[in-house]
Amino acid sequence: MTFGSGAMTNSIAEIGEAQVILVSGSNTTETHPQIARRIYEGVDRGARLIVIDPRRTRLARHAHIHLQIRPGTDIPLLNGMMRCILDENLVDDLFVEMRTENFLALRDMLYRVDIAQCATLCGVDEEQLRLAARSYARAQRSVICYCLGVTQHVCGTANVRSYANLAMLTGHVEQEFTGVDPLRGQSNVQGACDMGALPGVLSGYQPVSDPSVRARFERAWRVELPTTPGLTVLDMTHGDGSSDDAGVRALYVMGENPALSDPDLGRVRATLAGLDFLVVADLFLTETARLADVVFPAASFAEKSGTITNSERRVQLMRQAIDPVGSSWPDHRIIIELSRRLGYAMNYQSPAEIMEEICMLTPIYGGMYHDRLDNGEGLQWPCPDRRHGSTQYLHKYSFTRGRGRFEPAGHVPPAEAAEEEFPYILVTGRVYHQYHTGTMTRRSDLANREYSRPLIEVHPDDARKLHLRSGLAARVVSRRGSCVFTVRVSERVAAGHLFATFHFAEAPVNLLTGSASDPVARCPEYKVCAVRIEREA
Amino acid sequence: MHDVLTVCCYCGCGCGLYLRVEGGRVVGAMPSRSHPVSRNNLCAKGWQSFAFIHHPDRLTRPLVRKKGRLHPVGWDEALDAAAQGLRRVREAHGPDRIGVLASAKCTNEENYLLQKFARAALGTNNIDHCARL
Repeated sequence: MTFGSGAMTNSIAEIGEAQVILVSGSNTTETHPQIARRIYEGVDRGARLIVIDPRRTRLARHAHIHLQIRPGTDIPLLNGMMRCILDENLVDDLFVEMRTENFLALRDMLYRVDIAQCATLCGVDEEQLRLAARSYARAQRSVICYCLGVTQHVCGTANVRSYANLAMLTGHVEQEFTGVDPLRGQSNVQGACDMGALPGVLSGYQPVSDPSVRARFERAWRVELPTTPGLTVLDMTHGDGSSDDAGVRALYVMGENPALSDPDLGRVRATLAGLDFLVVADLFLTETARLADVVFPAASFAEKSGTITNSERRVQLMRQAIDPVGSSWPDHRIIIELSRRLGYAMNYQSPAEIMEEICMLTPIYGGMYHDRLDNGEGLQWPCPDRRHGSTQYLHKYSFTRGRGRFEPAGHVPPAEAAEEEFPYILVTGRVYHQYHTGTMTRRSDLANREYSRPLIEVHPDDARKLHLRSGLAARVVSRRGSCVFTVRVSERVAAGHLFATFHFAEAPVNLLTGSASDPVARCPEYKVCAVRIEREA
Repeated sequence: MHDVLTVCCYCGCGCGLYLRVEGGRVVGAMPSRSHPVSRNNLCAKGWQSFAFIHHPDRLTRPLVRKKGRLHPVGWDEALDAAAQGLRRVREAHGPDRIGVLASAKCTNEENYLLQKFARAALGTNNIDHCARL
């Protein structure tokens, strides 16, 4: 947003060559094992590792500096670090002058920041904060990796901007081995965004509100297009279900499971059940599919061809290995047939032909023809035409939006704070052996052998106070609901915090989470939720 | 037995892997040696990325709700029912009362088609997916 593109600025391989690696809000070892491998390689080569995380993850244990902040205090931490960089003359003046704008606003804001206060607010040691700022700023090649621990807050957008501010202030963007890298959680999150499966943009982040963009798509698609941006997931799944509600009355869901993955599940399920019409295409009869009026059996990744785009913008060819199981169909075939029945014919012989249309209408994918991707490793966008090669890192001479813009941000407290009735802060996330709502991994015997039960991590001090031991059942209650977990006493969480995963339908942790969300990105605050925990008889 | 080079279906690392196919069934997964991300290595999920493919719980036929219960039907009937249901809501409430959720687990081509379907066939920008979840 600050730079103009939502993607990793680097390639994964570059992380291993950096001198300072700053990882924030990412349990990389468990959720992105191959990226964690590069981080460990970097550390083996002598890189300094700084981890910002409320949990003492495995990566945090290996870090040179672990800033174990209170959940939701990224902004004061970064403001403190940037003030330190300013005070110690570690700003990259040339970069700030040549490549950025709005620096004065950031500087004025930073002059009002008190580092000691920031450290107290975040719950970290001031000297450690200064040390982290110095090592990040002084190194020639510093890279930032962040994940949903940064974005899943009411101030998610401002958090991301603050990390971008830090990178620009020190000039750690335009070169190889330096950058800001959001790690994408699912195989094709990057691609789904790139393809315009978003309410405000068509493919390649071209805004629907821009008449010249619409005109181009209208000519190609031979149809008039709606002009105003649409609703986000949360707007669709959190309506009140009544007929005068501004939300949706019908939903088409392709391979998602909002009845387990979305926050404040009680409301989601009421909304889904109250719809006039629900269509779901999926591999399994998920919690969402059970509520549907029509369910299409979809083919899995092994049963179709097409491309997916990973975190580092690498567009890769997925090849069909077997015929679709049973009489399932690949989703593209389902969409084509359904569209024809709704009076809008789509004629494609193969996914390769669909890609040709994408290339034509999407500048960053302009050269991504299937025949070119058939090289064992794909191509990284932007790749504007057939002659263009892979782009290893972004923003070499200029940002996508021209100059990078500093967006100063102040602390935004989480939507919920611990209080008498709900004295603990619950953080949600994933573990190594399971994935998302478990639709796929829970059908693997091996994954289940390793991690088969919904666990809640409790700090030993809290466990003693609450008379909880590992293996006991405990009920966790929030303002919205309650679930039962098995206790695991662990020092990975700080005292006063709890950690649970959202993989398990029998303990749907999203019954507890709230739907407070970031005003710009509408990303819900999964990482902070006030709860109490009690022993279950 | 033959191997098919493809990409792992789980996280955003995008590891290149081979699916091992025998008698029309996927029986294993193996890392690609030369792939820039996986470099001859996979995580526990990657090695198991094929495990759900032939699971008995897989949906094999379309289902349509009749008298409150989901019944297996043919593709034509299911597609007709879906088209009819969507058309009915669009006629009664307008296209902006229909929402479409795309998937971070489907291909680029499918996500592109689905947003085209929402915008061109249904006439709404109500399309989103779980990038934030």
